[in-house]
Amino acid sequence: MPGEKPVLIDDRGRRVDGRGPGDLRPLHVEVDVLANADGSAYVEQGNTKVLAAVYGPREIHPRHLGLPDRAVLRCRYHMAPFSVEHRKSPAPSRREIELSKVIREALEPALFLEQYPRTAIDVFVEVLQADGGTRCASITAASLALADAGIPMRDLVAACAAGKVDGVIVLDLNDVEDKYGEADVPLAMMPGLGRITLFQMDGVLTPQELVECVKLAMEGCRRIYMAQKEALRERFIRIKKEVEAGEE
Amino acid sequence: MRWMAKEPVISKMRKRHIRQLLAEGKRIDGRGKLDYREIRIEKGIIDTAEGSAMVCLGKTEVMAGVKVGLNVPYPDTPNEGILTVNAELVPLASPTFEPGPPDERAIELARVVDRGIRSSRAVDLEKLCIIPGRKAYILFIDIYVLNYDGNLVDASALASLGALMDTELFGYRVTDDGNVVLDRSVREPLELEDYPVAITVANVGGELIVDPCLDEELSMDAKITISVDKDGNICAIQKSGPGSFTVEQVMEAIDIAKEKAPELREIVLGGGHGQD
Repeated sequence: MPGEKPVLIDDRGRRVDGRGPGDLRPLHVEVDVLANADGSAYVEQGNTKVLAAVYGPREIHPRHLGLPDRAVLRCRYHMAPFSVEHRKSPAPSRREIELSKVIREALEPALFLEQYPRTAIDVFVEVLQADGGTRCASITAASLALADAGIPMRDLVAACAAGKVDGVIVLDLNDVEDKYGEADVPLAMMPGLGRITLFQMDGVLTPQELVECVKLAMEGCRRIYMAQKEALRERFIRIKKEVEAGEE
Repeated sequence: MRWMAKEPVISKMRKRHIRQLLAEGKRIDGRGKLDYREIRIEKGIIDTAEGSAMVCLGKTEVMAGVKVGLNVPYPDTPNEGILTVNAELVPLASPTFEPGPPDERAIELARVVDRGIRSSRAVDLEKLCIIPGRKAYILFIDIYVLNYDGNLVDASALASLGALMDTELFGYRVTDDGNVVLDRSVREPLELEDYPVAITVANVGGELIVDPCLDEELSMDAKITISVDKDGNICAIQKSGPGSFTVEQVMEAIDIAKEKAPELREIVLGGGHGQD
């Protein structure tokens, strides 16, 4: 492993950033942050900063990619070159291509694609600052951007990771914990429907530990879900005020 | 998004038929829900590779080859050799595979197989280091899909493990000017520390099945691949496909993987036939 492994859980049971095992990082969620996009959202989870935009349903280009019976959902997860310690080439890496696919497949169960045949719904996610948990923050932001675009959804998709560091099952790993920890389990779900739409694991866990991680990650998703709904509510209150101000 | 794959199509009638049959507990090819198709593994089939294996999983055919070279270790892991996994969905394997750079399916396949091998530490990468920070072995695992009939991940994980078990490392010597070069006249078997296998569980209309064939994959909601190491620990997971799972289904899939793993491992270790 790279360099010296830092102490991840101190003798008081605190994590590198002072959190307890079941704590989320400070979460900031905002909707409707980009003027040009049909829908957009910004998520800060600790030091991870992610911006998502949705365009569509719109005419698909190139045309031959269109499907006669449903919309095509396209997703690009991309990291800004300055989002990590050593500059990342802006060309899509294999990791980014895999994550683009799993993020798309995490969002798709929430959508009614059959309602928009021959169109595309494009989701663009840019990681502006990466400190672990970027795929989960991306899903949280992208599902809000879809809702902000006014696209009908079965539920919001909330995502959060759990994992094992220094033998302790913890919630919402940051970059150091992800790198030096024993395992990382990113999970996305539609909390209102109890359905899991993204499930990955890296590292080694016993089956019992894995079940513990799944339960903890689901708890994290439910907390993030509350923040998502609150952000949408704030947005509509803002619109209401703007309309009322215009009428006067 | 250039890397998006073109999926094969299935007729709505066949899809409905597959889902209706499963609701009655039956599969389109007569298997039980937790039965794999016949598995055949043959190791050492390519003389020019340092290790190779061919896996037939029903009509799915996957070959894996290992090549060995020398390289500079990655700067963040100066004491470790390098392992890379690449997958090629070659156009002769399916009408939907097209020439060109790997698409998202190929990249996902390679990365899921990679995670299983890497997390289980099947290959002790520190043993592959020759001079820390300067010279180390690099192992290239190339997965070659020759016929596509579903469940590429399990077949590719088996083929990769088979190929690693068959791998012989070259010796090396240090030249007068301090360079390290491979000595191809010396060959030693690569020692493996673990034998991870991947088990894919598909959710088809609420029914969980293992080893989905292509028509079942085209009829499914989603699938989960779970890699299990020799001690029964989970060493990689990937949910794939556009649908979702309930929490209970996820827990059941973990149990199924635990149960099926020893069976698959036995087949690779035995190096022969398995399942009905």
